[in-house]
Amino acid sequence: MQEETARAKSITLAVPHWNGHRPGQHVDVRLTAEDGYRAERSYSIASAPKPEPHVTLTVERIDEGEVSPYLTEELRVGDQLELRGPIGGYFVWEEQIGGPLLLIAGGSGIAPLMAMIRSRVARGSTIPIRLLYSSRSYTEVIYRDELARLVKSKTKLEVAYTLTREQPPGWTGYHRRIDTEMLREVAWPVAQRPLLFICGPTPFVETAATSLVTLGYEPGRIKTERFGPTGET
Amino acid sequence: MENKLDGNAAGGILQEIFPFEMTQVQATCTGCGATNAIGALAVYMHGMGTVIRCPSCDTVLICVAQGRGHYWLDMQGVRVLQISTEV
Repeated sequence: MQEETARAKSITLAVPHWNGHRPGQHVDVRLTAEDGYRAERSYSIASAPKPEPHVTLTVERIDEGEVSPYLTEELRVGDQLELRGPIGGYFVWEEQIGGPLLLIAGGSGIAPLMAMIRSRVARGSTIPIRLLYSSRSYTEVIYRDELARLVKSKTKLEVAYTLTREQPPGWTGYHRRIDTEMLREVAWPVAQRPLLFICGPTPFVETAATSLVTLGYEPGRIKTERFGPTGET
Repeated sequence: MENKLDGNAAGGILQEIFPFEMTQVQATCTGCGATNAIGALAVYMHGMGTVIRCPSCDTVLICVAQGRGHYWLDMQGVRVLQISTEV
């Protein structure tokens, strides 16, 4: 288990009979209380596919949630969890699907996009990736150090941040909610026919997807994954 | 609480019922005739189950629930399902 921010934790699970996953896929985690009450939530896999049967989920604590407080506060090394997955084939990116890639993350929506970035880096692929990552504040940016390291290491990864509530002194990135103008500045030109993956809370995804269609990107190349109170990704 | 999600969110329960990866299956809406991957449809999770709607015209394509030892699957909003045989 690794602390990512004050509210987000990465949890690595050893899964028996795991046959691997594709970047972008998720799992459903099911908790059963002693009285038989069950709660189930979807969490994206944040790790790249690996030979060993391990998956890493990044879970952000939702205070009034039924599952995330348990996963971030109560779960201990050695505990068992009930999982279903890997799930999905639509919100998935692999090297052979091509690029360039524009990834747009709102908050913990970075998790499945991080699996795509990590997978591309692990495979040594040269497909260019741009990430636009919106967080409330600098301290809430998940994978901050890893992203900084990747950007420096000539991996053809570019990252643009926007901090919507609070910015550190001297901040040179964006400091507003995403909008059409920001996407116009960050996105690959329409003529390059980028593939676009957007993951975040429902209103964030709606804004990003609508703006990108307005800018002329093909709806068929825009894939979205929304999450919200009933499906904390 | 009702919240609009994507078809990806219904992938888990559909995967329990069907022997295919369902988010890539193309579904044609009986309401407006639009064809979309299930992953691109609108999903609403309720306490009772999952409702999958057409993103173009809001017709209910699929309702699926699980309980009392059964899956309950209503697909009256789907005219055609196209399932690729190539993985």
